[in-house]
This record gives sequence, structure tokens and C-alpha cells, in this order.
Amino acid sequence: MKKMSVFSKIYLAVFFSFMYIPIAVMIVFSFNESKSRSVFTGFTLDWYKSLFRNEMILSALGISLVLAFGSAIVATVIGTLASIGINSMRKTTRGIIMNISYMPVINPEIITGVSLMLLFVVAKTAMGGKIFGMSTLLIAHITFNLPYVIFNVTPKLKQMDVKMYEAALDLGCNPRQAFFKVVLPEIMPAVVSSFLICLTYSIDDFIISYFASGTVQTLPIAIYSMTRKKVSPEINALSTIMFVVILSVILLINAKDSQSQKKKKTRA
Amino acid sequence: MKSKPCAYPYLVWMVIFIAAPLLMVLYFAFTDKAGNFTLANLSGLGQYSAVFVRSILLAAIATVICLVLAYPLSYMLSRLHASKQRIMLMLIMLPMWMNFLLRTYAWMTLLEKNGLINRFFGLFGLGPFQMINTQGAVVLGMVYNYLPYMILPLYTIMVKIDNSVIEAAQDLGAGLIGTVTKVLIPLSMPGITTGITMVFVPSISTFIISRMLGGGSNLLIGDLIELQFLGNSYNYNLGSAMSLVLMVIVLLCMSLTNQLDSEEKEGML
Repeated sequence: MKKMSVFSKIYLAVFFSFMYIPIAVMIVFSFNESKSRSVFTGFTLDWYKSLFRNEMILSALGISLVLAFGSAIVATVIGTLASIGINSMRKTTRGIIMNISYMPVINPEIITGVSLMLLFVVAKTAMGGKIFGMSTLLIAHITFNLPYVIFNVTPKLKQMDVKMYEAALDLGCNPRQAFFKVVLPEIMPAVVSSFLICLTYSIDDFIISYFASGTVQTLPIAIYSMTRKKVSPEINALSTIMFVVILSVILLINAKDSQSQKKKKTRA
Repeated sequence: MKSKPCAYPYLVWMVIFIAAPLLMVLYFAFTDKAGNFTLANLSGLGQYSAVFVRSILLAAIATVICLVLAYPLSYMLSRLHASKQRIMLMLIMLPMWMNFLLRTYAWMTLLEKNGLINRFFGLFGLGPFQMINTQGAVVLGMVYNYLPYMILPLYTIMVKIDNSVIEAAQDLGAGLIGTVTKVLIPLSMPGITTGITMVFVPSISTFIISRMLGGGSNLLIGDLIELQFLGNSYNYNLGSAMSLVLMVIVLLCMSLTNQLDSEEKEGML
């Protein structure tokens, strides 16, 4: 391996400063005493205190978590079942289904959001009453999560040997037992990773939720309404907390990964 | 395996919540408020052509900047030691995990008239410069938010390029430019095309970045659509027509990059 040239070192340094300076500035100013966003006047934790007393943010966080877990669970179950069904279909049918499933992935998010909103509006005029709220949010999130489950689980199913399932049947399992004892353990890694993907997409989503939410506020929507008010250092405090949470999750996963790799190495 | 029925719940879901809504966009785009067929929505888009041109232009500029910035970076990354690559990749992904609203808000505070950047210039007696509420700020926001989407596909493809291929080109007399244009770029073409789509599509359809960093005067297609559905304009039919055009632009962009990809493959054979 050649040593890195000076040029590439400088390039990397500039790039990472570009990526991290905005975040660093936010973290620093979350401890700023005054509301100013450019002059540091003194250290305080007041913005964190007021953030934890901010009911709008807290209830939005609760809604986001319920929504994320609800939609991730439903999407993972329906999506996994769908992958199993799709896997046993003929090639042409499978192609058509996969192409339609691709639509929410390739379409700009705003189109998915707007199209769902149109559907909800039409449903509202047909059925009357109040529709927009948690239920529409849940439907929207399940809808944009489902394709990711299918695209994650289907390849894993293809890798699996059909004979394993048949062997389980020959050895006396009924189809249900064969599914839970043979198929599911085999595809479990893909199922778990799709569940996690769904969780993160759901918590992070703003655009689609924005069109499907009515008056309910998820965390990103609450953040958006905070940014519109211009001066509110609480938002810096919130960003700092999120950054620390994300950083620790990633470090944790990484530590676990390298641990299991080491184990593999020692075993080998 | 007799398991087709497992897919039925999803199929029902897909028809109702993926296919039907898109057909509804189509229906609304070609009807008026009373539900009669009309082409007025689409022909009425002419007056917004400036916005469409601006959206395409800004998104294209952001995509090109991302490509130019990300290309050398991905190459450097792919030549690093494997353990270093892991850390660098993590560092690149980390900001992506933060909500894009927060990241864009951070730039809002930096670019302000009395923000940190202007204060920094003030130390040298320069400025203050008008940075926020300009098209440049919108492009900056797009680049900052979507740069990792360009790096990741480029990096993935460049790790697979063997060092010996590059060395062979150099041994055979290719200079730096020759190695890049004749070897590196053709080999990394699939990454380039994926990266272009992954940056261009969210850039052209954004409505938050333009609002937060561009002020009120730099509306993009996304802002127009949002105004029709949730804003003051309130015209679902016109909004659907705009969405339809946006979809067509995105599809055109994808087929263009696909063509680039396949031409390159034919050229290699």
C-alpha cells in the first residue's frame, strides 16, 4: 500500500470539515447562553432543560416512536410473507409485482406523498368524517417501508435451498412447522435488517408524513415548525442529542461487529 | 412450495396504496374541479416554465458539483487500508443519519447576514456578503445533503477496481489524464450513473432546502407542488399536473443515465 499523498490528505481534511463544521457549530451553540447564533456569550444548559419541558417536542417524539415501531412491524410481517409468496410465482407475474413495488423507491418522495394525500382526500369525501391523522400516517409509512422489506428478503429467499423446506416436510413437519423451523431461521438476518431499515426510514421521514399527517406532528414535522420560528436554540440542543444518540448506536454496532469478526478469526 | 397466498395481503396493499394513488395523480391531472376531462392543467404549466427551468438547472449544477467532489474522494477512499476505509465510510454516513431538516438548519445559521461565516470575513474587513436566500445557497444545501449519495455508489464500484489495472495503464504509457479518462471512468461508469440519479432525483424534487436556504424568491417545482396541496394556492388538479411533469423529468433522467451506462458497456466489448 502506497502512502497517501499530501494532496489527498488535504482533500480529505477539507471534505470532512465541510461535512462536520455545521454540526460542530450547532453542538457548540446549544450551550450558548444568549439566543445569538453567532456570538458565544457563556455556557448554559438551559436550552436542554427547556427542550425536555417542551411538550410539543416530547409528544412528537412519542408519536414518531409509536409510528416507527407500528409501521416497521406491520411492514416487516406483510413484506416477509409477500416475499415468500412472490418467490414461488411465475417469472412474468413476479416481474410485474416487483416493478410496481419499485415505484415508491424511484419516485421522488414528494410524488409518493402527494399521491397518497389524493387517495386520502378522495376517501374522505367518499366516507366523510376525519381521516387524516395517525391512521393515514401509519398507512403512508407502511407503504414506503414495504418495498425495502421485499427487496431485502427476496434475495435471501432465492439463496435458500428449496430442498431444505421439502426435507422438513418429508421428515414430518406440517407446512407451518416447516416455515417456522426451517424457512424463518434461514431468512431471519434479512428480516431483522429490514425491520431496522424500516425503523430508521420511518423516524427520519419528513416529506411523505408532511402530506399525510393532517394536524398530527411527528418529530421531523415538529422540527420543521421549529425551524420556521427562526430563533430557537432548543433546536441546537435537539440536534446535539440526536447526534450523540446516533453516534453511540453506530459505535455500539461497530464494536459488536469487530468483536464477532475477531471471534471468527480466532476460530479460524 | 405452495405459498402464493402469502403474497395476497401485500398485493391488495400494493394495488390500493401504490398503484391507485399514482393513477389518481393521472386522473386529477387531466380533469378540472368538476371532474370533466381537460388539458388546461397541463397547458397552464407554461407560466411556470421559469420555475421548471430553475429546478432542472440547480439540480443539475448540484449533481455535477457532487460528482466532481465525490469522484476523487471515492477513489482515495478505495485505495486506503481496509480498516481505515471502514472508519471513513462511517464518518461519511454519520451526518446522513441526522434529519436533513437539522442539517439544513445548521447551514441557515451559518450563512445568515450576521452568521458565523460573515463574521469570519468581517475579521478581515470583508463583507458582509449576501449568502442566504440566494440560488448558491440552495445548491450548497443540495450538495451538502446529497453528497453521500454520490460517494457511496462510486466507492462501491471503485473498491472492485484492481490496483494492477491502473498500474498496467501507467506502465503502458498513459498519463494521469489518460488513466482517468480511458481506464478509471469507463470502469466506474455504473457507479457514476447510479450516483447521478441518486443526487439528481431528490435535488430536483426538494421543497424544504429551497425554502430554508433560498428564501421566498427561489421556488422550485417541489415548492409549487406543495403550494397546490397544502399551501394557499390549493389546486389539486394543477398540483397533479405538476407532479406528472416532475415524474416524466425523473424518468427521462433515469433513461438517459441508463443509456450512458449501456453505451459504455457496448464500447468496452
